[in-house]
Amino acid sequence: MQLSRDQLLRAYRDMATIRAFEERVHVEFAAGVLPGFVHLYAGEEASAVGVCMNLGDGDVIASTHRGHGHCIAKGCDVKAMMKELYGSVEGLCRGKGGSMHIADLSRGMLGANGIVGGGPPLICGAALSAKVMKTGGVAVAFVGDGGSNQGTTLESFNLARVWELPAVFVIEDNGYAESTASSWAVGGDQLKRAEGFGLPARRVDGHDFFDVHDAAGEAITRARSGGGPSLLHVVLDRYYSHFEGDAGTYRGPGEVDRLRAEKDCLKRFRKRVIESALLGKDQVDTIDREVAALIETSVREARTAAKPSAADVLTDVYLSY
Amino acid sequence: MSAIQPITMPKWGLSMREGLVAQWNVAEGAVLRVGDEIAEIETTKITNVFESPVAGQLRRRIAKEGEAIPVQGLLAVVADAAVPEAEIDAFVLAYQAEFGTRAAAAAADEPQPELLTAGGRALRFLKLGEGDGTPAVFIHGFGGNLNSWLFNQPAVAAGRATYAFDLPGHGGSTKAVGAGDLGALAGALADFLGACAIERAHLVGHSLGGAIALALALGEPARVASLTLIGSAGLGPDINMGYIESFIAANRRKEMKAALSELFADPALVSTEMVNDVLKYKRIDGVEAALRAIAGSAFAGGRQAAVLTARLGELAAPAQCIWGTADRIVPVEHAAHLPASITVHRLAGAGHMVHMERAGDVNKLIDAFAGA
Amino acid sequence: MSRKTYRQAVSEALRHEMRRDLRVVIMGEDVSGGLGAPGEQDAWGGPQGVTKGLMPEFGRGRVLDTPISESAFIGAAAGAAATGLRPVAELMFVDFMGVCFDQIFNQAAKFRYMFGGRAVTPLVIRTQYGAGLRAASQHSQSLYPIFTHIPGLKVVLPSSAYEAKGLLIQAIRDDDPVVFFEHKALYDDEEEVPDEAYTIPFGEANLTREGSDATIVAFGRMVKFANQVADSLEQDGIGCTVIDPRTTSPLDSDAILDSVAETGRLVVVDEASPRCNMATDIAALVAEHAFGALKAPVRMITPPHTPVPFAPELEDAYIPSPARIEEAVRGVLAAKR
Repeated sequence: MQLSRDQLLRAYRDMATIRAFEERVHVEFAAGVLPGFVHLYAGEEASAVGVCMNLGDGDVIASTHRGHGHCIAKGCDVKAMMKELYGSVEGLCRGKGGSMHIADLSRGMLGANGIVGGGPPLICGAALSAKVMKTGGVAVAFVGDGGSNQGTTLESFNLARVWELPAVFVIEDNGYAESTASSWAVGGDQLKRAEGFGLPARRVDGHDFFDVHDAAGEAITRARSGGGPSLLHVVLDRYYSHFEGDAGTYRGPGEVDRLRAEKDCLKRFRKRVIESALLGKDQVDTIDREVAALIETSVREARTAAKPSAADVLTDVYLSY
Repeated sequence: MSAIQPITMPKWGLSMREGLVAQWNVAEGAVLRVGDEIAEIETTKITNVFESPVAGQLRRRIAKEGEAIPVQGLLAVVADAAVPEAEIDAFVLAYQAEFGTRAAAAAADEPQPELLTAGGRALRFLKLGEGDGTPAVFIHGFGGNLNSWLFNQPAVAAGRATYAFDLPGHGGSTKAVGAGDLGALAGALADFLGACAIERAHLVGHSLGGAIALALALGEPARVASLTLIGSAGLGPDINMGYIESFIAANRRKEMKAALSELFADPALVSTEMVNDVLKYKRIDGVEAALRAIAGSAFAGGRQAAVLTARLGELAAPAQCIWGTADRIVPVEHAAHLPASITVHRLAGAGHMVHMERAGDVNKLIDAFAGA
Repeated sequence: MSRKTYRQAVSEALRHEMRRDLRVVIMGEDVSGGLGAPGEQDAWGGPQGVTKGLMPEFGRGRVLDTPISESAFIGAAAGAAATGLRPVAELMFVDFMGVCFDQIFNQAAKFRYMFGGRAVTPLVIRTQYGAGLRAASQHSQSLYPIFTHIPGLKVVLPSSAYEAKGLLIQAIRDDDPVVFFEHKALYDDEEEVPDEAYTIPFGEANLTREGSDATIVAFGRMVKFANQVADSLEQDGIGCTVIDPRTTSPLDSDAILDSVAETGRLVVVDEASPRCNMATDIAALVAEHAFGALKAPVRMITPPHTPVPFAPELEDAYIPSPARIEEAVRGVLAAKR
């Protein structure tokens, strides 16, 4: 699928924004100024952006506990995201969700999810909404290799097939479910599992934006045109540990350094678009500078953003009670 | 007159299954006339004075104070002084023995409300009584229904057909009210009379129902034999808009109880069952909109939109007004400005629901007027 | 207005709302039935026949049979609710919550809060509960206290046909997730039910009997038993107020406290297992806010702390009976303080 210059610029900007956001959150967390748990997406950017570039505001995604990248790729406001991580009432979820439950339904982002395997059934519902109301919308569930073993995910494959839903399941296989290797924890093969449920399935290189974008485009077009659900098995790597604070002792010596040097999806993207003269180096460098400034501003604003008051504990439980 | 007569628990309203004798007002041995107030009977809906349906000496009080007695159950026995005690014992035993059968038979041919279509609207009504007398038609007020007349309709149903019907937007009738103004509601009344083939009727209207009756009497005088207007609208500008608004807004028990207590001089008369019945009606889809439409037309700006006092001289039919002096919805002061041809009966201490609070007195007035 | 069963009342509520609002869809195992099978279509209408006839009227697009896969379809109902539909999902027996609870209490119940008030989840889960049909331990439980415990859920326990229709329509029109508990032993109970659609507000208790000697708070099917007891005690001159809270979340605490302030005596009847159930919740409420009014210790009539047994003799001994309720009321009346 041929991408326009504007689309390539957007793809690079979104991936660079995710990377810069996550690298900065890593630093901020280490400084002890962020409350709670944080799971970083750095290294996996091509997956979120490659998929979401095929989606619009009328489409819905469900994310995982590692959700910042999906949020940014789906168009959520970066400053409001940073404020949310800081626990501000000005945050995307008014300080009630935090990193693990960050969401923006107005952007079709049905939430990061603290429950592994929580998203796929929800996405069957979002796809059902689109089908019943004939919006032409598509729903995408991002699932980790850990989540791929949950019954909710496997049941959702079946339900999506049985109901012929406009749904796509994206298994982001970064090799580790927390500290346990997916090579050990996943029985059988992701593609054959999907095919067993009757879902067309493709394995893609998650370090290559173009590969992801192409495969996702095919699956999303199929869903949008009434062809039912599909699965993508995206093989990729995360640069940080399961959560910030995890020493990552289960990883091999030099593993992460090697990944950063050899399999960085951002570097690959730069190289390809500049060498093939699709974009100029100055264009990409400009984006890098703008992204750095955006993240800097986001952090500066988030640090001083208003905190919720104790009375806010009681609001937003029900619409009426 | 037969030698021994039973006095039994009356049936006030369709849902009454039993009543509690709160208090006896007459002692054994008393000589009763028809209409004497002999006891106070409490139902789940309301407490009311029970008037003797028979004349004679009260020989035996069967029901004790505080005792719940089923409808048609034996309350007392009236008999001539000459009847021996043993015969009365035998009468009581026999009555009680066949009571179950009697009650079942009575329940089987109890009149039930019916539905008819009048002018394209579904209207619910209850017909009681038959005979050659000119029929009587009862028209309830804002937010009411045909059960508002539970103490009155049976009392005037001797020798004539009586009809109580639910106005559009009310009770079991359609919830579509059209413009919801007096003209539309009077049109519904005219259509109801037509659908029942009633050429001419005594009209008994309460509150907004009074104004509707009055509007029909002015517009189609040939159809109205007499008018009894009770706590009636249409006779002055004032209306308790606080009540109207809180009635429309209330959808919970406490709010509704507070609203309804304005209707009665004695708020204790508002029972839980009365509140529940009104809430059941108010919860139905379309009711709130219907009430708002009617209130918006009939009571626009917190004043009665149709004051017909100036036209009362045109009335062909005789008219009387009955008003509780403690009416907190439509003030009794409106009765001060009526032409002398209209008799006004002011019942001291009664509230807006004077026909329930003082049913005996009101029934006598209706019966005398409609019988004349 | 005509006499209708609890089953018809629930069915009518669904039909009214599906006609009124195209966003209302129903889903669940066998809600129509026969799908893909060679025989009769719309074969079941759910195990109680409640939803029979809806598929022929509204089509398979809005009456969605599901695989036996509660996690997926309850979660799908939650996701659909968050994205514009108003689904009514049938969890055939509440005992099956064990295979889908995450989607209810971690997802649907919390969207609005976690997302800072920027989510609306108009989801209804209809489910059967309760003992009495010899269905034994995995098909007879009264698990509503577990749902009542979860902030974000509303929990409804209709005690009769009139209540069922009005409360279900309210549940479908409500914008928060609602779990609607239908007692399997009430489906054939009949009473007068309006033909029109109507709603009963949540958090508004119903006083089914009024008396000044004792207060009985009862839930679901136990309201029927409490009414029988109140009627029987009235013959002996004992007046009971019977409170049917209708919803355990929200709970009409005022109705309970007002009544206890008048009577000073409280019996709570709860078909749920006795630890951390509605009876303990209400006993604690009254102990905290109306201790001074109490003339006798609160009595809690519940099943024993056991699974629901199978054999008729055992199940009959398990379920709170009118006789036990009556004994408790007489007990609180006799107590001296």
